[in-house]
Amino acid sequence: MTSPIAPDLAATARMPLKPRAGVWRRLVQRRLALLGLVIVAVVVAGAILAPWLTGYDPNEQMFDGLTIEGSPLPPNAKFWLGTDLLGRDLLTRILYGARTSLIIGIVANGIALFIGTLVGVTAGYFRGWVGSVLMRFTDLMMAFPALLLAICLAAVFQPSLWIVAMVIALVNWVQTARVIYTETSSLAEREFIDAERTIGASAPRILFRHILPHLLPTIIVWGTLGISTTVLLEATLSFLGIGVQPPTASWGNIIFENQTYFQAAPWLVFFPGAAILALALAFNLIGDALRDILDPTQRGRA
Amino acid sequence: MAGRPEGGVPRQTSRKPAPAMTTNPILTITNLSVSVRGEEGSREVVSNLSLALARGETLCIAGESGSGKSMTALAIMQLLPQPAARISAGSIHLADTDLTTLDERRMRHIRGDRIAMIFQEPMTSLNPVLSIGRQLTESIEAHTSLSPTQARRRAIEALIAVRISEAESRLRQFPHELSGGMRQRVMIAMALALEPDVLIADEPTTALDVTVQGEVLELLRDLQKKHGTSVILITHDMGVVAEMADRVIIMRHGRMVEEGKTSDIFARPRADYTRELLAAVPRIGSGVGRQASKEIAEAAMPANVADVKDLHVRFDLHGGIFGQVTRRVHAVEGVSFSIAPNETLALVGESGCGKSTTAKALAGLVPYSGDIVVGGRNLSGLGRDERKAVRRDVQMIFQDPFASLDPRMRVGDLVAEPLLIHGIASKQERRERVAALFDRVGLSSDQMELYPHEFSGGQRQRVCIARALALRPKLIIADESVSALDVSVQARVLDLLKELQREFGVAYLFISHDMAVVENISDRVAVMYLGQIVEMGTRDQVFSNPRHPYTRRLIEAVPVPDPTRRRSRFARLDQEIPSATRRIGEAPLKLALSDVGDGHLVAAEG
Repeated sequence: MTSPIAPDLAATARMPLKPRAGVWRRLVQRRLALLGLVIVAVVVAGAILAPWLTGYDPNEQMFDGLTIEGSPLPPNAKFWLGTDLLGRDLLTRILYGARTSLIIGIVANGIALFIGTLVGVTAGYFRGWVGSVLMRFTDLMMAFPALLLAICLAAVFQPSLWIVAMVIALVNWVQTARVIYTETSSLAEREFIDAERTIGASAPRILFRHILPHLLPTIIVWGTLGISTTVLLEATLSFLGIGVQPPTASWGNIIFENQTYFQAAPWLVFFPGAAILALALAFNLIGDALRDILDPTQRGRA
Repeated sequence: MAGRPEGGVPRQTSRKPAPAMTTNPILTITNLSVSVRGEEGSREVVSNLSLALARGETLCIAGESGSGKSMTALAIMQLLPQPAARISAGSIHLADTDLTTLDERRMRHIRGDRIAMIFQEPMTSLNPVLSIGRQLTESIEAHTSLSPTQARRRAIEALIAVRISEAESRLRQFPHELSGGMRQRVMIAMALALEPDVLIADEPTTALDVTVQGEVLELLRDLQKKHGTSVILITHDMGVVAEMADRVIIMRHGRMVEEGKTSDIFARPRADYTRELLAAVPRIGSGVGRQASKEIAEAAMPANVADVKDLHVRFDLHGGIFGQVTRRVHAVEGVSFSIAPNETLALVGESGCGKSTTAKALAGLVPYSGDIVVGGRNLSGLGRDERKAVRRDVQMIFQDPFASLDPRMRVGDLVAEPLLIHGIASKQERRERVAALFDRVGLSSDQMELYPHEFSGGQRQRVCIARALALRPKLIIADESVSALDVSVQARVLDLLKELQREFGVAYLFISHDMAVVENISDRVAVMYLGQIVEMGTRDQVFSNPRHPYTRRLIEAVPVPDPTRRRSRFARLDQEIPSATRRIGEAPLKLALSDVGDGHLVAAEG
């Protein structure tokens, strides 16, 4: 047989882009993905640098933060985004609230995604009694009212930000597991999985190298959707008094505290709502771009 | 017939039998170009095609995949995939009407009523949740002013015309209750119920078994004679062309390569491409020149690479309230065979006969009972790691090379993967080995960095072959490995397989439904029917002296790519092939094979 002529050289000459190494570079090359990255960076920076960005304390109820009649102030030169019902600066609260919301939206949601994927993939690939047990359990969790479960869990543990994050993760993995299960079981039927088995590939290898990459688009979509759901679930829990304890700010509880005054003081709902939307959108843009970049069949398309 | 109102006025005149072969063509295509908008701008898939279809004529448009033959059909129907594809130039005239200028509403009246179309896959073109009767009468009622009772009567007539028994009760059945051949006949009944002027059949028999294919072709021919319908038959199969066509158009890359009478095209092809195409078609009776390699093999290595004894594969079907096993699919019932080194054993049969399940059992993909001995070691007695080691010797090439390669991996990594899994060679050595394998199967080593979708079908199958070869197996199972390929590509892949066998001494278990291909590549042949082997012997024994009636029917049903040997009657099935699904406790009768001389085994007729 002929010896191959320097395969590495030939390869690099043909292919200008290495797939994994260039992910970051290709991500920033896309305008929309870049916008998403910028938004996330702004939110993270805002959360970290909050004490230096604003001169107010998030929980300080300021005398000049209310009108004579005691209603909140609309956005003005002193309070850029206005004040809330207790005369606190809204911008400050949103900046500090970003800390809570980022932890919930990323950590809690991330854990939920991880559990959901793990359960879904295991059940979908192995089927049999393992699959049945896992999926029946998932169905049970689905049928159980999530809020009630969260209340029970939160009542058992002392409410704190991290406990709330865990509670949210334990409630939110269910839908992901369902969707991933369905997709995995159809993937497992595909012929290339059979082909892998005939060359002797082990189950972990098939799962991680051949099934997981195909699930990425779904995982990314559910991950970005989960950000807004979890942020709002945290707000619900806060509202019921079992979430993040007031006066600590989170985007969710700012909306909840103020939603009844929506008509009189719309900015109180609008700004934190816009912040949640922007964060979810940013992750969605990044996720979309990632999905395309990681899919070789999409290469070369805009 | 000229000057007929366009649109929804029900036709009365056309129910008279049409005059045969007038000089006025019913359908004229002039300078037709179809372009598809893609990533790199617009691309022509049909260029400057002109043709005329006479009344009562059968015109075959033949060509390989990507030749634009299906796009032409869709253009006539004005059903081009929107919004990407459009007619960029030319006209299509049905009698005096230019179809390209009609709006969608007027076109709808033409479709079904004056031009009907049948598609390749009868299951997907019938609506699974509506009864046959509902679907038939729906189209009749849409195009005529018949009352529901009359429409129903017309539907029954149409079913009788396509030789469907118990037509009345069939109307209540649903598509999944019918076999593939029946479904395609229902599609034909639907298409012909309105007595269209033109019938377009796009690969109508490609998805069907060969014995059923003959029946459907014969039916089309008879119906055409009776009604004087003009037929455009689109096919890749030169055998079908020879059996059916009056005239042939050969297409390639969207252009007409050659046009002529069928007998002329086959006897005196003018274009080079036509000659190549005809030369590549596998023919029964041409499989010679394999004996040489076989003799070497028998001298060199005496032991069998694989022995299969009394193999059973059954799938349980759960039913009832408690999900208990109520019925079983008896996919494989007591199959035994052995394969010697350097030998090709072909397993032939129609869909559902258990040939693929046998292959899967051998490859370790389905649980089985019975004995599979590979390289002298019985697989059922081994532990996991030992079994993995023995399995190295058995590799598999699947039917669809696109489906069997992970689309998210580079082909170089895919071919290297078996080596990686079995811990063979260092990274650098693996790379070199893969490059050498690429070289060997006719790919270039700098294609290693590409992904499966960047290859053509034939190249992808070469990747699969390289992958199967990577572990230097003793046995390669090729499950319909060339069926999805165009004939010219198919011929080259078959040649490659033969070369590799000479070079590496690998044995093949070659599974196929295509008798011509089997005759071309195999040393020995086993014919399967309903999970059992009904006949087994050397290629010559089986093909020159088929003893079992099923084998005979299988060989006779193959369309012969020679218009001078056109048959008026195809081998007909006496009845539908029974189902392999049985109730618990009703095991099928085991067929006894008897030797009729020189190891030619034939099952007693039962």
